[in-house]
Amino acid sequence: MIFLGPSLIGLALFTLFPTVMALVMSLFNWPVFGNRTFHGLDNYTRLLGDPVFRQVVLNTCLFVVLYVPVNLVVSLGLAAWVSPRIKGRQGFRILFFIPVMTPVVANAVVWRFMYQTGGLLDSLSQSVLGSPAPNFVGSSATAMLAIVAMSVWQGFGYNFLVFSTAIDQVPRELLEAAAIDGASGRQRFWRVTLPMITPSIFFATTLTLITSFQVFAQPFLLTKGGPGNATATMVLFVYNEGWRFLHMGLAAAAGWVLFVIIMGITAIQFLGQKRWVHYDT
Amino acid sequence: MTPEDRTSARGRTAPRRGRRAARLRLVVSHVLLVLVAALFAAPLVYALATSLKPPDEVFTRPPTLVGSELRFENYVEAFRFAPFGRYFFNSFLVAIIGTTVVVIASSLSGFAFARLRFRGRELLFVLFLGTLMVPQEVLIVPMYWLMQTLGWVDSYQALILPWAFTAFGTFLLRQFFLTVPAELVDSARVDGAGPFTVFFRIMLPLARPALAVLAMFTFIAYWGSFLWPLIVIDNIDVKGTVPLGLSSFMSQQGTQWHLMMAAAILAMVPSVLLVVLLQKNLVRGLLTTGFGGR
Repeated sequence: MIFLGPSLIGLALFTLFPTVMALVMSLFNWPVFGNRTFHGLDNYTRLLGDPVFRQVVLNTCLFVVLYVPVNLVVSLGLAAWVSPRIKGRQGFRILFFIPVMTPVVANAVVWRFMYQTGGLLDSLSQSVLGSPAPNFVGSSATAMLAIVAMSVWQGFGYNFLVFSTAIDQVPRELLEAAAIDGASGRQRFWRVTLPMITPSIFFATTLTLITSFQVFAQPFLLTKGGPGNATATMVLFVYNEGWRFLHMGLAAAAGWVLFVIIMGITAIQFLGQKRWVHYDT
Repeated sequence: MTPEDRTSARGRTAPRRGRRAARLRLVVSHVLLVLVAALFAAPLVYALATSLKPPDEVFTRPPTLVGSELRFENYVEAFRFAPFGRYFFNSFLVAIIGTTVVVIASSLSGFAFARLRFRGRELLFVLFLGTLMVPQEVLIVPMYWLMQTLGWVDSYQALILPWAFTAFGTFLLRQFFLTVPAELVDSARVDGAGPFTVFFRIMLPLARPALAVLAMFTFIAYWGSFLWPLIVIDNIDVKGTVPLGLSSFMSQQGTQWHLMMAAAILAMVPSVLLVVLLQKNLVRGLLTTGFGGR
């Protein structure tokens, strides 16, 4: 029991207890300072009626819908491209993985600078096209796209490594047999490699979905959720409610709504996997 | 999508031409990939270049890679402009202590789940894994209240302890300990070794590679952590970490791009070093980072 003690106490105190407390707090009017009063489901009904909350849910979904497919296609495409026959393969893996590991704030600072008027993209546009680039993070038409672009750059290296490793484990004989039967490179990829790596695709999709719903740092640092609330996400909402407006109860409720959405999506993923994931390797 | 060669199918009829075409395709493939890699690295290269430019050459048209001089002083100046020395000290302190706690706690519990027999072990393990499902966003609100109650707001322990007990480390090391042959443990037991001797003398030395991977990924998670420090640290100048410092520097000194790039590059250095160091072990740590994000 001495062995389990530290983890057990730590997890109980810092994970189990807060999870329950989050539910309790979400049922209270819980200002950071001052009196707390029991509210029942008031916070939840307030959230449902709040146009700002509705917008941040939609924004978060928009981010997920844009980010997840692009991330998966880029990482899978590149992983297939950087096949074992490519020289310096390990170098690509390391390079693409770097922004996954560097602090997201540092990445965001660099991209904020690129998007800046007069920054790399603008000055390239001025000297090549002769016209200034759009104000990427300042206009509602491009702000979300700017966040998605930065996020894909930062995040796809993770899935790239997952897919690249999976492709390595596809049995050679299988591909050779397909080649002897006259399958072209493209056919071998679609008919042999892809079905063989569906477990990895499932893993990557699930994980990317979960983490993309939790996006916070990119909008916080690139746009502050703006212009207006155009790029405010659910976690940004939790942060603003809790630490700018000091409505802890409402913030806790919003956090739980996010948790339920994530659990729902993950459950759907797991239920749907039978249709397309092959575990017969 | 894949510029794979089709020689094997066609090769029987025209081996020579097919092979040459395949080689050409492979060369083109390499060249294109290098272009993709260059495009990918452009933001980092641009940041590094800017961090070495004189301030009045930051916005040039067309963009240049090198200014009229290489100003390494920018890095020194960044430290004068904002207390980055303090931020780096805090970040290192928090990341090192946090990593130590994570490694110790998870190796102990990982060993217990892998090799000790006690009632309710499987159930407890499932419960452990269940905690992984709870996202940070649910936890931060009550966690902040907990920190207030404990009087830990603006403290190192608030930066370290709340995230030091993850089920990941436990899971990772349990899986590793399970691969240690049972005979090894049994023969030690026959020789009269208790669980502690087995743990310290046999398991830990064998687990060194797994421990290293866990340690490095944990370090990086602490190093990059942003949302939680943003919440629990009010006095950034004293207890701020590097990401916090960078973020506040950006909102206050929004025009000092050359200094900001210098600070950003410095913040990236430990992570880049660890990625290069980990190399082939990156895959083993994928799970730890995947859910990390704090």
